[in-house]
Amino acid sequence: MGEAAERLAASDPFQIAEVGIETQLAVERFLHRQAEILDEKQWDAWLALFTGDGHYWMPAREDQTDGEGVPNIFWENLDMMEMRIRRNNHPQAHSQAPNNRLCHVVSNVIIEDEAANGDIIVRSRFHCAEYLRYEVRNFTGKYRHVLNKTDGGYKIQLQRVDLVNREGPYEYVLQWWL
Amino acid sequence: MMGCVVTWTNAEIAALVEPDRAHRKAYVDSDLFDLEMERIFERAWVYVGHESQVRNPGDYYLARIGRQPMMMTRDHNGEIHVLYNRCPHRGAQLCSARQGNAGRRIRCSYHAWMFNLDGSLDNIPAIGGYDGTALTIDGEDFQVQKAERAADYRGFWFASLAEEGIGLEEHLGEARTGFDQLIDRAPGGETEVVGECFHMVQQSNWKIFLENQLDASHPGATHESTGVAAMTVERDMRKAGDEPPMAYGFLSDFARLGIEGWGKFGTVGHPHGHCTLEGYMGLRPDDPDTNEYVKCMYDAYGEERAEEILGVNLHHSLIYPCMSIQPPLQQLRTIRPISTDRTMSEIWHFRLKDAPEAIYQRALGYYYLVNSPSTMVNADDLFNWWKVQHGLESQGGDWVSFHRNAGFDVIDGALRKSPDGSMSEMPMRHMMHVWRDYMTGEGA
Repeated sequence: MGEAAERLAASDPFQIAEVGIETQLAVERFLHRQAEILDEKQWDAWLALFTGDGHYWMPAREDQTDGEGVPNIFWENLDMMEMRIRRNNHPQAHSQAPNNRLCHVVSNVIIEDEAANGDIIVRSRFHCAEYLRYEVRNFTGKYRHVLNKTDGGYKIQLQRVDLVNREGPYEYVLQWWL
Repeated sequence: MMGCVVTWTNAEIAALVEPDRAHRKAYVDSDLFDLEMERIFERAWVYVGHESQVRNPGDYYLARIGRQPMMMTRDHNGEIHVLYNRCPHRGAQLCSARQGNAGRRIRCSYHAWMFNLDGSLDNIPAIGGYDGTALTIDGEDFQVQKAERAADYRGFWFASLAEEGIGLEEHLGEARTGFDQLIDRAPGGETEVVGECFHMVQQSNWKIFLENQLDASHPGATHESTGVAAMTVERDMRKAGDEPPMAYGFLSDFARLGIEGWGKFGTVGHPHGHCTLEGYMGLRPDDPDTNEYVKCMYDAYGEERAEEILGVNLHHSLIYPCMSIQPPLQQLRTIRPISTDRTMSEIWHFRLKDAPEAIYQRALGYYYLVNSPSTMVNADDLFNWWKVQHGLESQGGDWVSFHRNAGFDVIDGALRKSPDGSMSEMPMRHMMHVWRDYMTGEGA
């Protein structure tokens, strides 16, 4: 189990950390900026959001505590994310042409834990509309981020995304992160 | 038999299938779809699930056979049953969660009739109200109905809703090697499902899925973007001194082999519509993980038997009309047709008992890349299938072409093989000919 997954598993999911208003604002700004990067497809900025060992994780089951070694909807490190960006942008990625449009709203931001070194565990909720080939699809769920505080601001060591309809059935495939 | 208005004569159905092409109506006509359910899915052996889906007494797992809502249960003697998910009282569905444990009895939510896990009626509240009526607790009409026939092949459960017909093993024939491989490749001699399956809806006819599976000329074309992306990432990782995961190589093959490089893998058509694909994807690479696994196999089976198991040249078994098994990747997919243009698929991953974790991880890497709902591979297949469905619903042409190497199948006893080095469309032709036989009552 990775270090970030361990921290997430050990954290009380209903805890509310006593943090200063500046920390709350900085974390919210980070989450809002991440949503904007996705919506605007700024892929260099997307990759720069993560630590070198960072993972984007969408579990297939609620009771999963780790993405490693089990089936997931998403379980991607930087290499996989780069592959996805390259593939979706390739001219022969016919199922992705024309590319989709995403619109996120992130809210209900509660900082769960602030470590002595400034690392953060934060939970929030999201809603995302996707437009693809004349159809709008809606996705909604819960984020839990493990953020490392670095000189360059917060970086995502682990982002867990629990879709409300995690078990499907899937009438679609997810080709970009939510 | 379901009452079905017969709008198609056998002669009309037979005319839809020619030696090298099939008529579009077979994919888009809703009367034909009803006939397919009646004459194929509600008659042939259809996959229900693996025994490990109902591990404990009281467990149930829902499944569809044709249009029928079914459930697989395990009773308190450990026996597995396949039942119609219908209360014999007023017809309510009995179990509504996809899976669960019913405890000692299945309790109907409507009037609390209680049933044993084998479907037999156990008790009715205020049963005195039935004194002097035609209802008896052991009357046939008051039991949960069982699938007409249910049988397993080494823990893989099938049911047939026809009272008579050939047995399961005869139906599977040599294509059962796919199941053998999924079990025998485990040093512990057992296999089990991992977690929950992915449920994916294909916006296309069920036959299009089957036709895609052994379609050798599609990977290099359909999956070019993913192949190129995987190859680029592999190259960048090696430049940085890292060894890419083996699963990436399965994707970069799409680019490396191009469109014409897939002819080296032979396909075989079996009786009753099953098809198999010979091995590819480096079934037996020479790396430390594989070598450790081979050693486990030697320890478990002895060298001779282990080599026999590992030497089976099989990548993919297609069990007509309902499933695909890929033993080296430890995955199984089963399809449940919903309508002419909607097909539910269940995608399962398996763990081989006592195999080294690294071997599971490798198979899991492929499973993720190809079959998770975020797949960069199947996404392009699903889109092609939808486009095919869309095109076949149009009047822009009546026929689907299966002409590649038509007339050149190699007949070997009851088997029909693709010519060496070809990307023959034999599997599609073979399945449509069997489809015609099922649909016209010729038996298949």
